[in-house]
Amino acid sequence: MRTFIVWMAGCLVVTLMVPVAMAQGWNMPVGVTDVSREVHSLHMTIFWICVVIGVVVFGVMFYSLFRFRRSRGAESANFHEHTTVEVIWTAIPLLILIGMAVPATATLSKMYDPSDADLDVMITGQQWRWRYEYLGEDVAFTSSLATSREQIRGAEARDENYLLEVDEPLVLPVDRKVRFLLTSDDVIHAWWVPELAVKQDTIPGFVNENWVRINEPGIYRGQCAELCGRDHGFMPVVVHAMEEEEFDAWLVERKEAAAQEAMGVDREWEMDELMERGEGVYGNICASCHQPEGQGSPPAFPALAGNQQLIEDVEWHLDKVINGVSGAAMPAFRNTLNPVEIAAVVTWTRNAWGNDTGELVQPAEVAERLAD
Amino acid sequence: MRESRTTDSPADRGVRRTVRRTLVALAGMFAFAFALVPLYDVFCQVTGLNGKVDTSGQALVHEEVDESRMVTVQFVTRGSAGLPWNLEVETRQMRVHPGQSAEVYFAFHNSGATGSWARAVPSVSPSNANRHLRKVTCFCFDEQHLEAGERLELPLVFQLGRDLPPEVNTVTLVYTLYPVTRDEAPLQSRATAGKGDEA
Amino acid sequence: MAPKLPPHHPVEQSTSTAAGGQAAEHPAPPRGLMRWLLTTNHKEIGSLYLIFSLTMFFIGGIFALVVRAELFQPGLQLVNPEFFNQMTTMHGLIMVFGAIMPAFVGLANWMVPLQIGAPDMALPRLNNFSFWLLPVAFTLLLSTLLMPGGGPDFGWTFYAPLSTTYAPPSTTFFILSMHIAGISSILGAINIIATILNLRAPGMRLMDMPLFVWTWLITAFLLIAVMPVLAGVITMMLLDINFGTSFFNAAGGGDPVLFQHLFWFFGHPEVYIMILPAFGIVSAIIPTFSRKPLFGYASMVYATASIAVLSFLVWAHHMFTVGLPLVAELFFMYTTMLIAVPTGVKVFNWISTMFRGSISFEPPMLFSLAFVVQFTIGGFSGLMLAISPADFQYHDTYFVVAHFHYVLVPGALFAILAGVYYWLPKWTGHYPHLKLSQWHFWLSVIGVNLTFFPMHFSGLAGMPRRIPDYALQFADFNLASSLGAFLFGASQLLFVWLVVKCVRGGEKAPARAWEGAEDLEWSVPSPAPLHTFEHPPTFRPDTPH
Repeated sequence: MRTFIVWMAGCLVVTLMVPVAMAQGWNMPVGVTDVSREVHSLHMTIFWICVVIGVVVFGVMFYSLFRFRRSRGAESANFHEHTTVEVIWTAIPLLILIGMAVPATATLSKMYDPSDADLDVMITGQQWRWRYEYLGEDVAFTSSLATSREQIRGAEARDENYLLEVDEPLVLPVDRKVRFLLTSDDVIHAWWVPELAVKQDTIPGFVNENWVRINEPGIYRGQCAELCGRDHGFMPVVVHAMEEEEFDAWLVERKEAAAQEAMGVDREWEMDELMERGEGVYGNICASCHQPEGQGSPPAFPALAGNQQLIEDVEWHLDKVINGVSGAAMPAFRNTLNPVEIAAVVTWTRNAWGNDTGELVQPAEVAERLAD
Repeated sequence: MRESRTTDSPADRGVRRTVRRTLVALAGMFAFAFALVPLYDVFCQVTGLNGKVDTSGQALVHEEVDESRMVTVQFVTRGSAGLPWNLEVETRQMRVHPGQSAEVYFAFHNSGATGSWARAVPSVSPSNANRHLRKVTCFCFDEQHLEAGERLELPLVFQLGRDLPPEVNTVTLVYTLYPVTRDEAPLQSRATAGKGDEA
Repeated sequence: MAPKLPPHHPVEQSTSTAAGGQAAEHPAPPRGLMRWLLTTNHKEIGSLYLIFSLTMFFIGGIFALVVRAELFQPGLQLVNPEFFNQMTTMHGLIMVFGAIMPAFVGLANWMVPLQIGAPDMALPRLNNFSFWLLPVAFTLLLSTLLMPGGGPDFGWTFYAPLSTTYAPPSTTFFILSMHIAGISSILGAINIIATILNLRAPGMRLMDMPLFVWTWLITAFLLIAVMPVLAGVITMMLLDINFGTSFFNAAGGGDPVLFQHLFWFFGHPEVYIMILPAFGIVSAIIPTFSRKPLFGYASMVYATASIAVLSFLVWAHHMFTVGLPLVAELFFMYTTMLIAVPTGVKVFNWISTMFRGSISFEPPMLFSLAFVVQFTIGGFSGLMLAISPADFQYHDTYFVVAHFHYVLVPGALFAILAGVYYWLPKWTGHYPHLKLSQWHFWLSVIGVNLTFFPMHFSGLAGMPRRIPDYALQFADFNLASSLGAFLFGASQLLFVWLVVKCVRGGEKAPARAWEGAEDLEWSVPSPAPLHTFEHPPTFRPDTPH
């Protein structure tokens, strides 16, 4: 009897610690969509069922260990089978499992809802960033890690959203159904935001589908969840959910900015302008592989600083940036960077770190190459 | 020890029999692993798993057009690393009735300095729409060659089956262009890819 | 159904033969290195397997500690991400294929012939060959770390196309080493099946066999069924990498997801290959130290067999997020949940064995009890992972890492340690030092839980697995895990010392080293002479079936 009381008290203490742990953020987030709430409650239901089973099973076990100790002079019985009991403890778990399967099936069916969406976003995984395209809206951008190398190396204090900050978050409206089409340019990645309960693999050559309807505005953070190579740990996902009107305004603004940028293609650019722009693009896009000082990390990522082929052959250089390298980590930037950005970053790499070619590539030249 | 037994003791015969049987099972399982590759393709075509597409041209089924229902068909085109090509579609989305056949043109363009080979790999979402999307004329998996600067328009003629599941209102067809290294091409066209050539 | 464990086996015959030690008919073995290179004796090969496994356990452990040291605090301090990925990959490969599996094969080599009254394994020369393949395979695997571009860095599950198109040049060597290790496992499995089916003592029926033998028989069939599939998958990888095929390459009409289907068709039974023999060991130890026959012998056998069968029907639960159709998600969710039933039966049987027993807490029993509790915790998290909608949140997070480490470390590894403590007196003739064993046990339990329990929380809070650096909210969990890992790692040094001490000397053990031990191995002297059961014992189950 005493051991039973001690055991139950112990279990009670552990049980009471659960809400405390949850308040500390030691649990799956409830999230901000109807689906995420359902998933969370399913998770808690199964968790508590496991706790109850655990209390009973371990209770009997520890009771036996205390009560039937040889040091207390316990004499062993000799029974070794009992058909009724064995049937019962096969049947009861089966019933519990059916009880779990019913809500799980309901939630899963709800997640597989192919009904029409208000907005379609194509998500493309790339080593090691995300590309977002608002289908039919002419808005597309790349979203990469914004945490500085100094913070990662410990030279600067790490801020609150260390490794969970991007240069351009995915902006979504609340209260609208958003459909995600997911694919990848290279290896398999997985797009995951815990608060949205969406985790979906992006598979090269194939599209997957998922959807979300966010209930509350806010900023929700997640990460790539499938090992995708060197910087797997450094490709966060940030979703900025806005009120509908705010989102519509943002979309219009982005379209205008894109149009503005397109106009910039036609004019003649100065070296300084291109270098400034190029340094920014390089830092965001290229530096993760080719390193901030262009030294690369061979053999996978060749050095750019002092690269003779690059210095001597501007055509080759442009081709690699625009079209990428098949079967290697170098993506084709023809679809992800605009002509201004490509011209700027090529100009920058041709003139930085002692590559001083003095050559300048105009956005118009790049635009021509892309179009002809 | 084994040596102390005569070679045809019952135990030895048993061991030999067991070894023979396990070796047969092993060979069978190794072959089964490879058999799973075509089996998986069949399985994918039946279930539409992973949006994997039947690559052969299908016959147009003459069935009554379901005027009561409109389905949006989206087209998405994508390039890939190592290929200086553009693939564009004349319309990004269209609305069709189930049973109705429709045509859409895709423009391939080689903006590179030399001629090259490529192939467009299709994928359909949602997966349960896959087997109801019949592609009558399609360039799926065909190896295309374009000279430098060449442009080529190819049609896709398709039909959505009337038995398209009622909850599906939007079907997305994504084409990804991949480069083909021509001297490796005969090896690369496995059974699946090969079928597309006849379409 | 047939109850097992007759209290007394008549074994005088074998004892008298064996007690004489090496009989005159055996030529003197070569000395030194050649003796070990050429041995065909199941006990010597068993020891070789166990020593090899322990070595690999420390190598894989050092890799794990490199990982844990890097994750000790946020930021990149010790290694770069490329090397980090190689460490996680090698840790997994070495622990699965180099430590856990060979340890079980080693125990099978030692104990299966002794438990069924056979003079040796059925195919002794093949036995020698299958062992010596292993050092070759793992030397090759480890050497890839020194090659240009580094070793495998794509995780132990080596998903294509990261492991094919985007893999380092050393991947071909990795494939070769996996082939060699696979052949070794297959040959070992053939040998074990041939031994169990053909060399049992006269009178011992299948349903009289000790559970360790039963679970190994079923494991060996699993190996025969799935190792060829692994061989097939890595052969396809080899073709994709070096011969231009496109099994897993979308660009050529292949499908990367096919890789995962094939891998997990091998991989899930593989998981049970690493746990079924553990069930067998624990099913031997708990009755011994409860001094009461195992409860539900027959249902244990049936449960093991049903787990083995179900293991072929659940593979896609590792792939819930790849975009399976709804029906597939439901099918794999239901089959996975079903596994809880036979697994539950096993746990209930162990507890019923203890119930109304006469329990004492020698080191093998301590490890077995820890196994039951912690394996069950791993089972609970496994059940949670089976629920597909919830798995979308758990998948590829530290929750999964916590789950499979609970099943493999305090699960499989603790069962191996329990088995080693249980049979050390038989192998060496000495009891392991009691106080040291207890220290080893308690430090291991604390270390293992400190390492892996916080991982449940970091996973639920959103930490993906296989990342070299993490957001600040995961810092405390990782600190605890790293401290636990170093404690656990250090306490295994104690184990090595303890085993060496036990081999050299210690309290002498009689033939029946444990009071409640009943199986045939306890009828031969301790230490077991090189040759035992040269004339098969007559096995007489004392209860009629």
